[in-house]
Amino acid sequence: MTDAYIWTIIAILGIGTYLIRFSFLGLIAGRDLPEWMLRHLRYTAVAVLPGLVAPLVLWPSATEGEVDPARLCAALVTFGVGIVTRNVVAAILCGGVTLYVMIWALGGA
Amino acid sequence: MTNATQKSHYWTGFRMGVPFLLVVMPFGLLFGVVATEAGLTTLQTLAFSSVVFAGAAQFAALQLMVDNAPTLIVVATALAVNLRMAMYSASLAVWIGDAPFWTRAFVAYVNVDQSYAVSINEFEDTPDLTVPQRVAFFLGAVSPIAPMWVVATALGIWLGEGIPEWMALDFAVPICFLAIIAPMMRTLAHMVAAVASIVFALVLAGLPYNLGLLGAAVLAMMIGAQVELWLTRKAAP
Repeated sequence: MTDAYIWTIIAILGIGTYLIRFSFLGLIAGRDLPEWMLRHLRYTAVAVLPGLVAPLVLWPSATEGEVDPARLCAALVTFGVGIVTRNVVAAILCGGVTLYVMIWALGGA
Repeated sequence: MTNATQKSHYWTGFRMGVPFLLVVMPFGLLFGVVATEAGLTTLQTLAFSSVVFAGAAQFAALQLMVDNAPTLIVVATALAVNLRMAMYSASLAVWIGDAPFWTRAFVAYVNVDQSYAVSINEFEDTPDLTVPQRVAFFLGAVSPIAPMWVVATALGIWLGEGIPEWMALDFAVPICFLAIIAPMMRTLAHMVAAVASIVFALVLAGLPYNLGLLGAAVLAMMIGAQVELWLTRKAAP
């Protein structure tokens, strides 16, 4: 990673993110947004984040891309607790505990 | 008089924002640790957190940067993560669209998931608030979390290498993400979109320039919107 690469990304991402946040608040009234657009925007987060996480869960770099039962279980517990309780902190704590217990029980890393 | 009620709305918002520190602090700390490990300098990491100011997008970008993805792909993917904020912006405009320009410009900068969610709930519950009262509430709700996001990042940089290997910190990022995604599964359409995102991301993982994730996201977004349409039509008599 070169410095230019890092700073370019920070700058463009900063400006781009701000423009997204400012968009309707700054320039157009939110009332007039077409329905089809809102409908797509509703799914942006659930369309990007699961796809980002899936390879990290299935092929973790810590085990050089091998499926790891401890990490897989921790992921499932985190997600399950998150869905049931809708509580982000509870989900993180349960997932973390699962990960450590499993790593300890399996004697791996 | 107006000033006094504005102050009280600010503090009401503040109190409602405080619990989010439990999420923001560990997430920001983790960003500091992970970014430092990836090779970013202290200045770059702090600039990242204060200029971009969006946790999920920052992690998404960092993940791709570690893989040496092209700049365009890193930016496009991270901005896709942030597109949901256009929706926040649109729905906030309904409530505070009449505030002065510079106020709106500042509100936009600190328009994050938590402050948005808590404010919209308040605005809908108490529709007779004035515009300045709404702005005061919003700024109150974001006050505890916004500075702490940067402070937590700095703390992470400082802790950095000091975190032992047995803590398996590599997996803290996926766990944080999963915990954030889970409560988003509000409807069947959200779940289908999430499953589509996973399937396409895995299938397209081999595409050059890390295009797979971006492609998967576009497809999953369209599928989510279509499922919603289909469900509404089915529900209609």
